[in-house]
Amino acid sequence: MAAPASMASGRTERPPSSLLNDPKIRGIIYQVVTALVFIALIYFIWTNTLENLRRANIASGFGFLSGRAGFDLGQSLIAFSSDSTYARALYVGFLNTLLVAFTGIITATVLGFIIGIGRLSKNWLIAKLSTAYVEIFRNIPPLLVIFFWYSGVLAVLPGVRESIALPFGSYLNNRGFAFPKPVFAEGFWLVLAALLAAIVLSLVLRRYSLNRRMATGRGVPILWPSIAMIVAFPVIAYVIMGAPLSFDYPVAGTFNLTGGSVVGPEFISLYLALSFYTASFIAEIVRGGIRAVPRGQSEAAEALGLRQGYTTRFVVVPQAMRIIIPPLTSQYLNLTKNSTLAIAIGYADLVSVGGTILNQSGHPIEIVAIWMVVYLSISLLTSLFMNWFNSRMALVER
Amino acid sequence: MAKKIVTALLGAAVLGMGAQAAQADTLSDVKAKGFVQCGVNSSLAGFAAPDAQGNYAGFDVDYCKAIAAAVFGDATKVKYTPTTAKERFPALQSGEVDVLARNTTWTINRDTALGFNFRPVNYYDGQGFMVRKSLNVKSALELSGAAVCVQTGTTTELNLADYFKANNLQYNPVVFEKIEEVNAAYDAGRCDVYTTDQSGLYAIRLTLAAPDDHMVLPEIISKEPLAPAVRQGDDKWFDIVSWVHYALINAEEFGVTQANVEEMKNSPNPDIKRFLGAEADSTIGADLGLDNEWAVNVIKAVGNYGEVFDRNIGAGSPLKIERGLNALWTKGGIQYAPPIR
Repeated sequence: MAAPASMASGRTERPPSSLLNDPKIRGIIYQVVTALVFIALIYFIWTNTLENLRRANIASGFGFLSGRAGFDLGQSLIAFSSDSTYARALYVGFLNTLLVAFTGIITATVLGFIIGIGRLSKNWLIAKLSTAYVEIFRNIPPLLVIFFWYSGVLAVLPGVRESIALPFGSYLNNRGFAFPKPVFAEGFWLVLAALLAAIVLSLVLRRYSLNRRMATGRGVPILWPSIAMIVAFPVIAYVIMGAPLSFDYPVAGTFNLTGGSVVGPEFISLYLALSFYTASFIAEIVRGGIRAVPRGQSEAAEALGLRQGYTTRFVVVPQAMRIIIPPLTSQYLNLTKNSTLAIAIGYADLVSVGGTILNQSGHPIEIVAIWMVVYLSISLLTSLFMNWFNSRMALVER
Repeated sequence: MAKKIVTALLGAAVLGMGAQAAQADTLSDVKAKGFVQCGVNSSLAGFAAPDAQGNYAGFDVDYCKAIAAAVFGDATKVKYTPTTAKERFPALQSGEVDVLARNTTWTINRDTALGFNFRPVNYYDGQGFMVRKSLNVKSALELSGAAVCVQTGTTTELNLADYFKANNLQYNPVVFEKIEEVNAAYDAGRCDVYTTDQSGLYAIRLTLAAPDDHMVLPEIISKEPLAPAVRQGDDKWFDIVSWVHYALINAEEFGVTQANVEEMKNSPNPDIKRFLGAEADSTIGADLGLDNEWAVNVIKAVGNYGEVFDRNIGAGSPLKIERGLNALWTKGGIQYAPPIR
């Protein structure tokens, strides 16, 4: 539906014909009719659904969400028991979805950039290995990648009693990865505060260096002083407060390892599969983005006497990012949506938990509506963020 | 975004229309399409599982065949929809299946809020636990701290939570949607304990890599009356499904078997003659909307309740489950049917 105003704006004089022949009026009529038909359709669907639910004697409405769940969940970031409500169960599932999507996106991005740049490497082995990686993971359905990790790698690990002992008191077995859980004593806040202070000071130093470089052409060193601060400040705070941190180590119990923290094989395999799968696409996007920067740009930079590293950092990458970010957004959305494959291996994500509730409470339409709204919201928020990021990274035309 | 919402709402509307279509009289629908669409378990040995030829066989499958035999006089006029625990209720609600014979527990919530009707309990079951013998566990009360494999969307999942809570035991649920996935996870040692209905445990034990390494614990922690389910609001169809079960029970009581059903029509016992529609001017089938020989057809197709039980899950099967509660009321069990009169 084109905006009729712009079509009519160039006209100086109204032709003496029927109103219906006026493109402006006609445009408005079309839009009103379309909107009315659309509203009528929604109204029909809405009332028809309610009527049919009533006739099939199926209770409807969202009131059931405050009922007692009655089931337990294997993986939860917040406290959850069978006495919690359905709504809280959905919230647990939502957080689990966000967890796997967020960690997956970060890992996939890092891995994707490394592989993508690797494919452009002049080193034959690195380039071929990267190509092989992309071609393998890009051409396998994500569900199979998940099964590969779950049944092919993690399930063949030894059982609990034969756990593989890893450094720092952690263990690996077919029930996941168990590691010592940090227990924060009183006074640990100072360590965190020191870390925060170090980071802020590093940023200030960077800004100062940049300003100086702009003014005099010469900056001050920032990398090593920053690292020194970020390491030293928390260590000093830790010593001052008398080591306010201890660990709860996993030990063998009757059935499982008890104590410590455990990351189940469901999360690990889903996280690895989504990261590896999506990374192959991101690698191609990165490669394409870098390739799309005209060769003349780096040649010009070279002619100006910029070193190789500076050419990449300040000339090629900023121009490549402009091309990389929009398709990268699609990949982030894909990864988030692919996380619903969790159901195949029993990771308690939103769809899996929702499915359980759907079945235990018998409210399919409500649950499906919640699923759609939540995934739509996550996707739209991701898009919004990436659009903002894109506009920040866009080239400033001078 | 608007487009997505339209798609979503259209989906909801389609679901709604499905429910509407299902409102028509199920018996007429079934007769018109020429077969019974029966929702069964995707794979539970003894109850419903594909055999070596790929045909579905089992206790629940025989109920599907019996219903087809009652309606059409032909036990082959049935199609199966394998369902997971989660898929089964929407499949029945939407009208995708005509009847759900899928080891499904009759609960008040399913009978009311979900819009179903259950009546004859064809198998009295209870939830149990299976563990590896090497764990040296003798009772479910020793299971604190265990990882428990369970299928999602079942009463099992809820009973499990209640039992461990009531006994103040800790556990870590490992939940899957498909029974095959639960089996694989338990077999691979992902969990220490497998819990489901005890009949199911016996069936699943046989499919494990080394059945003798596993044992079923003595505790039964719940009542699981398994019953075929139909949609609410169609009493005629509900009656047919119910009376097919009662016919199987009555047949066992009368001693009518797959082999002797034809001769039994000439029995001097008027009860048996009436049951088999051999009385003059009988309306025994017509009142249900069926042929007068519907009970004969059912028994010819699958035998009586005892035969169905023995062949699929009892003494004549690899499962060797005792009749127990499922023996006739005259033999110490609680299987009882109203008289055919």
